[in-house]
Amino acid sequence: MAQQTETITSHTAKSVVTDSFNRTLDLRKRSRWGESIIQAILFFCGAVSILTTIGIVYELGKESASFFTTQLWEQTNRTLQGSIDEFTTEFDVSTTGFSMEAGDIIRIGEEAMQVVAFNEGEGIITVQRGAQETEITSHRKGEELFSSIRVSLVEFFTSTRWNPQIGYFGIWPLLNATLMTATTAMIVALPLGLSIAIYLSEYATTRARSILKPILEILAGIPTVVYGYFALTFMTPLLRSILGRDVVEIYNTASAGIVIGILIIPMVSSMSEDALSAVPRALREAAYGLGATKLETAIKVVVPAAVSGIVAAFIVAISRAIGETMIVAIAAGAGPNFTFNPFRPAETMTGHIVRISGGDLSYDSIDYNSIFAIGLFLFFMTLTLNIISQRVVRRFREVYE
Amino acid sequence: MSTNIFEDNTAQSEAFHSNLSSRHRSGRIWHFVFQASTLIGIIALTVLLLNVLDSTFGYIAVEDEINPADLAINGIPIEQLHQIDLVWILEQNVSKGLFRRLESEMPWEERTREEIYDLVVARVVNPTVVDTWSLRESIFNRNQVFQEAAEKYPGARVEFKSWLSSAFLATPQSPEPERAGVRTAILGSLWTIAITIVFAFPLGVGAAIYLEEYATDTPINRLIQTNINNLAGVPSIIYGILGLAIFVRALEKFTSGAVFGLVDPTTANGRTIISAGMTLGLLILPLIIINAQEAIKAVPNSLRQASFGMGATRWQTVWHHVLPNAVSGILTGTILAVSRAIGETAPLVVVGASTFITFDPDGPFSKFTTLPIQIYQWTARPQDEFRNIAAAAILVLLALLLSMNATAILLRNRYSTKF
Repeated sequence: MAQQTETITSHTAKSVVTDSFNRTLDLRKRSRWGESIIQAILFFCGAVSILTTIGIVYELGKESASFFTTQLWEQTNRTLQGSIDEFTTEFDVSTTGFSMEAGDIIRIGEEAMQVVAFNEGEGIITVQRGAQETEITSHRKGEELFSSIRVSLVEFFTSTRWNPQIGYFGIWPLLNATLMTATTAMIVALPLGLSIAIYLSEYATTRARSILKPILEILAGIPTVVYGYFALTFMTPLLRSILGRDVVEIYNTASAGIVIGILIIPMVSSMSEDALSAVPRALREAAYGLGATKLETAIKVVVPAAVSGIVAAFIVAISRAIGETMIVAIAAGAGPNFTFNPFRPAETMTGHIVRISGGDLSYDSIDYNSIFAIGLFLFFMTLTLNIISQRVVRRFREVYE
Repeated sequence: MSTNIFEDNTAQSEAFHSNLSSRHRSGRIWHFVFQASTLIGIIALTVLLLNVLDSTFGYIAVEDEINPADLAINGIPIEQLHQIDLVWILEQNVSKGLFRRLESEMPWEERTREEIYDLVVARVVNPTVVDTWSLRESIFNRNQVFQEAAEKYPGARVEFKSWLSSAFLATPQSPEPERAGVRTAILGSLWTIAITIVFAFPLGVGAAIYLEEYATDTPINRLIQTNINNLAGVPSIIYGILGLAIFVRALEKFTSGAVFGLVDPTTANGRTIISAGMTLGLLILPLIIINAQEAIKAVPNSLRQASFGMGATRWQTVWHHVLPNAVSGILTGTILAVSRAIGETAPLVVVGASTFITFDPDGPFSKFTTLPIQIYQWTARPQDEFRNIAAAAILVLLALLLSMNATAILLRNRYSTKF
């Protein structure tokens, strides 16, 4: 055996060697098909995550694009008062119905027209025929007028009304409600979560920690729908009995926000505690040596040293609060509502998606496309926050040996 | 010289001492604040659980359409009546159509006495819950509850009810809260989770093995790793929208089962268990990968080197040495990820859980509802009784999750190898 090894080592330069029994050993790298196939399969498993991301961006992007580009026709409740031929550019329409302005695109039958002037009182409309390269045809009395609506990005980001069915596409009522619940949640979760983290890492005995941490983990493992139930059946009645039934409505953003806050406390506390525990003991001992009290050590030495981890925890918590769905779907109320009063119902972005898709949603309807647009916006909001939090950790981390 | 220093010290020390008590005081106050915050976290958990228990049990006032005592034949109460007499009572008290329908479902001779007795109670006595009290009221204000019930509902009897019962677990959904159960929902949850595991476990572990054992530091591998970390932070509802677009709509032919000819192609749509399971699979994939990576990382490198030294290939090393040592960690992580999937509601609402089904799911291509969905729908109803059954369903869900987490902890303690 020893001899054999010797022979091989003495012939390392060669790839084909002969052992002491004159058997040849081929030491060249063999191509192993099985190994390569397995590696390819495993690579594919890893690539599925990339495919998921591509899928999210592509599907959300595609449907959002059709949300912003498709021309939708809305009933004006006006009809032609007399038949018109191919050359008429001024005709009577019924005097009641939705208003139109010069420049609007309207449609009668298959033909689109551009409004030049509109006399609302007498119901006389002047148009340019055959807009958008449609064929000019004659129309009979009683045909209906449709007006064109198109969702513009400007309207989406500036308007404060959301009602796709009748042509209002401002994201603000939904975004505002999301920001309100998230803010309320942060007001609850940040101070409590950080205090718990400081207590667990600086004050608690090992024994207390070993009991308290699992309890907080249980809090983190409870499904959000249970928190929704809790918000509706406990937090809302509690708020109503404290502040008065006429102040707080049954569905409100405050109670949803507070409960989201409770939901993310364990997340803030465990991430912050990890950061605090990573601060080396020497720093604490040095502070004690200079005569600092326990509080001064914690607040002036340990927390600043762990600040990158704590800030990252806060940002991830905000992102979680923004994406939280079931609590707001149950407790914050249905129907977009642009309000700054936390005790009134308002629908968040996530709540809206759940309510709209709860029924049988027909494909390619304006509602179907709108949930993708909202989803894309939500995706980028949370993605940005997550990336910022990773940057913060990398950039501001204090590295100790 | 030395006296100078001594004097300085006294001055400093005076300033130090005058300050000291206030520093200690603020130290104590903040200590209390930190402790109180922790306590609030614990209290929140306790209140949440108590709130659920509060609605699951409690007194109810029940009004019967017909007093069971009036149905007694020759002084024998219906509890003791013979099967034939019970059928006679049914025939006398329900409409002819209903009687025939019940008989055509299953002939009277084939039914047991208990089944017929239950039918008599449900169809003839027809008890309806007219009011409910919470557990808190039932324990602490017992007399007041009885008094209130006697005043408001003179004909009603007050009894203590546990909304969580074996009947609740065994009966399918019903529009009436007293007869509704979670059988369909539990089966739906189990089916969905089975699909999720079958889909996500191999993919997740495969990806983790690739990233830990095969991947070199190339841009594409770095991209995969960053991407997985980011996917873990995407809100669950986004996965629901993705599932709606891909599994429900784009792959409708497959997810509705039409490709396999399993269902009537005209009524099939993609809102099925398999769509839900795969959506949840995508959702927990990053969690499984990250957990499995941690488990694989924990296997010491010397093991791999020893295996390579013996001439094993990379896959042989992974399969025979790394995985057996990492398996408990991988399973623990997977169970934790799956227990997250069981509690997910929002993505399933978007994917299209059915609002009302009473039949058991019979395969991956049937319509579905799950426990959290059921809780959501019952919570959203305005009637009090639905809150009660929602609370009971929450207890079922929590029990399911708790047993899964306990399994995970046991696995970790039992099989984890220390290196």
